[in-house]
Amino acid sequence: MQKFDEMYTTPAAAGQSQSQGGRQGPSQSQSQGLSPGTEVREHYRTYGQWLARQSAELMKARREEAEMIFRRVGITFAVYGAKDEDGAGTERLIPFDLIPRIIPAREWAGMEKGLIQRVNALNRFIHDVYHEQEILKAGVIPAEQILNNAQYRPEMKGVDVPNQVYSHISGIDIVRAPNAKGEGEYYVLEDNLRVPSGVSYMLEDRKMMMRLFPELFSAHRVAPVAHYPDLLLETLRASSPGTSAEPTVVVLTPGMYNSAYFEHAFLAQQMGVELVEGQDLFVKDNFVYMRTTRGPRRVDVIYRRVDDDFLDPKVFRPTSTLGCPGLMDAYRAGHVAICNAVGTGVADDKSIYPYVPKMIEFYLGEKPILNNVPTYMCRNSEDLKYVMANLKDLVVKEVHGAGGYGMLVGPAATKAEIEDFGKAVLANPSNYIAQPTLSLSTCPTYVEQGIAPRHIDLRPFVLTGKEVQMVPGGLTRVALKEGSLVVNSSQGGGTKDTWILEI
Amino acid sequence: MLSRTADHLYWMNRYTERAENTARMLNVNYETSLLPQSAAVAQVGWQGLLSISELLPSYTALYGEVTAKGVMEFMVRDEDNPSSIISCLRAARENARAVRGTLTTEVWETQNQTWLEVNRMLKSGEFERDPGQFFEWVKFRSHLSRGVAVGTMLMDESLHFMRLGTFLERADNTARLVDVKFHAAQRDFFGNGKQKDQEYDFYHWSAILRSVSGFEIYRKVYRDVIRPERVAELLILRPDMPRSLHASMNEVVSNLHLVGSDSGSETLRHAGKLRAELQYGRIDEILATGLHAFLTQFLDRVNDIGSRISQDFLMPEVA
Repeated sequence: MQKFDEMYTTPAAAGQSQSQGGRQGPSQSQSQGLSPGTEVREHYRTYGQWLARQSAELMKARREEAEMIFRRVGITFAVYGAKDEDGAGTERLIPFDLIPRIIPAREWAGMEKGLIQRVNALNRFIHDVYHEQEILKAGVIPAEQILNNAQYRPEMKGVDVPNQVYSHISGIDIVRAPNAKGEGEYYVLEDNLRVPSGVSYMLEDRKMMMRLFPELFSAHRVAPVAHYPDLLLETLRASSPGTSAEPTVVVLTPGMYNSAYFEHAFLAQQMGVELVEGQDLFVKDNFVYMRTTRGPRRVDVIYRRVDDDFLDPKVFRPTSTLGCPGLMDAYRAGHVAICNAVGTGVADDKSIYPYVPKMIEFYLGEKPILNNVPTYMCRNSEDLKYVMANLKDLVVKEVHGAGGYGMLVGPAATKAEIEDFGKAVLANPSNYIAQPTLSLSTCPTYVEQGIAPRHIDLRPFVLTGKEVQMVPGGLTRVALKEGSLVVNSSQGGGTKDTWILEI
Repeated sequence: MLSRTADHLYWMNRYTERAENTARMLNVNYETSLLPQSAAVAQVGWQGLLSISELLPSYTALYGEVTAKGVMEFMVRDEDNPSSIISCLRAARENARAVRGTLTTEVWETQNQTWLEVNRMLKSGEFERDPGQFFEWVKFRSHLSRGVAVGTMLMDESLHFMRLGTFLERADNTARLVDVKFHAAQRDFFGNGKQKDQEYDFYHWSAILRSVSGFEIYRKVYRDVIRPERVAELLILRPDMPRSLHASMNEVVSNLHLVGSDSGSETLRHAGKLRAELQYGRIDEILATGLHAFLTQFLDRVNDIGSRISQDFLMPEVA
């Protein structure tokens, strides 16, 4: 597969001949390990020169320092299951890589416009499917695809939410890959509109980089991200249903054993609001209260980090203790805001994703600025025919699958696996979508042997209150295993600081 | 503030204080065991330590005979013993983690660092190489956590609930210590004048004083040889002795005032009454009515105040 790196240009011919280990080795020698014709891309030039001056020992010491600080500060994610040998319970660090992922400011400006457009359309769509359903009446999306979707919440039909905003916090996963012309293009891989996480790592990674390498920040004009909690609080307050000038905002967490607990506590602290669990809340006369040392206190906005299913045992899963009985009644009465709204999952399902470009045209009358990865819907007979003929070159996914399960990666699969999967697709075509295997971009990353290219993606966090805003950049996740495309932290993924750079 | 948050803060400090007091008692026993003494006397000391925490039965079930090595193991690193230092530090850190957003960065990092370090020290054999050093370390981490809290936290309810936890636990722990140590010495409490016993008395009573950092204070306050009734007075009635029952109850009452709500007034009344008895009490009266009975009653009442605090602030019924 053609190599496509963030830091280096790779002339097509040289790219073919370059050996696998071409960029490995200690940092001093890396510039000599490059094949002829390879150049550092413009926005990495200053950084590349700086990196070439750093000794391997120094960078190693910095990596160790970073790990020590992350441990002391307790920036960990909880893992269910066995204990660590050091007795640190079930908490792990997410590997942090020292080499930043740099995006030129002009590229970000385009991406930002595309994100605003996309999130606006998605919010219009969610409002529509729970109200007039015009997009279904117009036949743009088959009605049964929505109404029979497990993520469609009939409980939300006709419920009006403040500002008609459903997805207040959207995590849009972006990859960079060569387009038909062989140029790098940003594609949307996935929309996360339920409880997207990872923003705390974006903030902590930046803090760490500034602590370890202050000199880099005086040599570069890196757009700041530290005001994210401010924007988030502003967004949440703007979503308050009441007329109260001082709405009470809380963060609802499943508790300290949840894998993202650090982030919940972090965001509550940064915003200066209470971090509550379901047991801290109760509903009386359709208003939500929290139990405090001075008696009950009204809650206006709940930034929930608990899935729909667990929010209210009276409406959803009856055995859940993570939510608050009666919450949906208070919500439907318009006495409390839930962010993100209940029922946003209907818009970020894999089976709905292929329709997002059409949503943008339908609701906004605009052409999509950010493209989807081309996707074949096996429910269409044309697409199905193509998919069946090209299984060995495609990535085929179950529409409700997640975390890399229920998935066929054609080029990496055996003949038997392809045959079996083909049978499954034919048996229930509408349960599958397929995409070409993209040549995802890589970024130089510290691995055991030195520096080597690893695949990355980007998750910007888009906030929608009265208006859409975001901090420049997002969380860059990196697949640490050679050749792997899986960036999830649960599967050995790491993170990098992301720089939006004025050059 | 959230009731659950108050609950975690309160218990975070109770467990930290408990770990400190356990380390103090172990340290003194360990040092005493280095003095020339009979095996029987040494064993009385280790047994007393287990009795303080009401752990003698569960120790015996697991370890059999009472030995220095066994008790140290059980009270320091046994994770099945909820009162061991490792268990207390774990509980303190877990409570801190549950409310880390309420704590200042410094307070949280102090708790977390203590936890990471204690694991390292127990794993690397540092504890066995120098138990005294380890106990000193536990004490200093507790000093540090109190100091960091007072020095960095907003002086609001959060801090008051933390302080409440510290001093209620301290009142409890000191009372237990005095009870057990006087109980152990009862047979020669009033001495029989024999030289050997006087020597024994000196080490016995000075060990108690040192376990509450009170040896130098005793000398300064009384300028006298060490007499049991004065040790009792110092640890029970002196308001200026930082680990005495009176001083602890003073802090409990003033922090209860600060978090006070209407529902707290009955709790405050009970705490205030207990404090008043210490304030106006005299050691000869207490000894005349029986020290053990006095301390047993004191512990019951401290326990009752703890339940009332939980009821009033930490786990209120649904409104």
